[in-house]
Amino acid sequence: MPSENLAITWRRIPERYRLTGSACETCKTNYFPTRKLCPKCRRKGKIMLKQFSGKGQVYSFTEVTAGPAGFELEVPYVLAIVELVEGPRLTAQVVGVGEKDVKIGDKVEMIFRKILEDSPEGLIHYGYKFRLLKKVAK
Amino acid sequence: MSKFGEEWTRGFRDMLTEAGGRAIEDAKMSGAEIDAMYVGTMAPGSLVGQEHIGALVADYMGLTPIPSTRCEAACASGGVALRQGYMAVASGIHDCVAVGGVEKMTDTPGDEIASALGGAGDQEWELFMGATFPAIYAFTARRHMLEYGTTEEQMAAVAVKNHANAAKNKYAHFQNEITIDTVMKSKYVASPLKLFDCAPITDGAAVVVLMPLDKAKKVCEQPIEITASTQASDYLALHSRESMTSLNATKVAAKKAYEQAKVSVKDIDIVEVHDCFTIAEIMAIEDLGFFPKGQGGPASAAGKTALNAEISVNTSGGLKGCGHPVGATGIKQAVEVVWQLRGTAGARQVKDAKVGMTHNVGGSGATAVVHIMKNDA
Repeated sequence: MPSENLAITWRRIPERYRLTGSACETCKTNYFPTRKLCPKCRRKGKIMLKQFSGKGQVYSFTEVTAGPAGFELEVPYVLAIVELVEGPRLTAQVVGVGEKDVKIGDKVEMIFRKILEDSPEGLIHYGYKFRLLKKVAK
Repeated sequence: MSKFGEEWTRGFRDMLTEAGGRAIEDAKMSGAEIDAMYVGTMAPGSLVGQEHIGALVADYMGLTPIPSTRCEAACASGGVALRQGYMAVASGIHDCVAVGGVEKMTDTPGDEIASALGGAGDQEWELFMGATFPAIYAFTARRHMLEYGTTEEQMAAVAVKNHANAAKNKYAHFQNEITIDTVMKSKYVASPLKLFDCAPITDGAAVVVLMPLDKAKKVCEQPIEITASTQASDYLALHSRESMTSLNATKVAAKKAYEQAKVSVKDIDIVEVHDCFTIAEIMAIEDLGFFPKGQGGPASAAGKTALNAEISVNTSGGLKGCGHPVGATGIKQAVEVVWQLRGTAGARQVKDAKVGMTHNVGGSGATAVVHIMKNDA
């Protein structure tokens, strides 16, 4: 992954830190991450900012045992496609669980976490991960 | 083609030059006739630190000063290059076009390869969150298992069949047969996908030469006609798509290809599909119309996709067995179909193969390229 400078990181703060996305007022479709153009309505679309609640459910998941560069200390981790209650889906880690604890359809909520660190003295990148709302046996 | 595999002694330019020499010999040409070149390659910048591949290739193949253009569409780079070459000839702008595909992967450490390939998906919203390509296809596999009851054993059957075909292909990365047990006991990379569900990291190159059919018939003993060349796109990130168990780009490109070639799926004798993961072959044989949705797994397990079975799928060994030097894959598929249609595929020859198809996918399905070819003899 290319190293990310301050400007790239700063630009993404509303999305990564707070789950701010977009909504098209014309076709009533919600989008995450933000889009400047509604792909369905194109020039007839009216894109507004949309704040998502962070609640959703697991649409699909996997446990990654061989990660990309920068995730050496993270593996194994559970990665999921989460469907937000407002409609859009996104890819994010589910924390504090193994894959045997997770089922498609499980309710989750967004939490704020460190994603990765540029080594050795670079930026720390933060963003969204998710946790299960159900209790998981230890 | 160059021999696919972990080719430690050869670099990026060596492999393509070797494959190019063989293609020109096969076409019974000197090379002087070639008036344009297209090269598919996905990530030479990340993998070997080299860009400007078009010029590099023309230089090392002795083809300067012809126009030479690099095409990139992740794992579909080769297929897209083939289509660019096809359009250049079909339009009449060029008369003789060389189309190559190449990737040099083993000079790079594994985690950096995973990151480079991750750029085939959405770098900002998939890879940044830790989504490798096996993870992305694991999402589709998990949904396919839920929606259609596909099993890990059915996925394993795809790998077993593709290794069996690759064992009959001297250009293949892997030339050994495996069993269901080999796959099932291999370790998880991104559950439910195991190591043997994944195409390997491979070095390799492949080249074809394209000409108008009437001219090709004068120089080449057995020219093969491209009767359809189609391409479609989809949302870049898997999570943005309506369905995760079907590739819409594949369905759109296939529908157009059947129309263009004026054939139906029943006319196809052999098909090279994009099996970067075993689940991808299962989805491909469904989306291309060979089996109803959800039946790809059972069909694979029942041997319906083996050599000379109901439909011969991935006779080369596919990406799993023959190897997946990313940019070269789309061209290798075309080379395999040419050999099959000419009847020169040796031990893996499909009987009476008249019409063949190639299906090349970029990323998790954001690009799909389909070609249909027939023996014009």
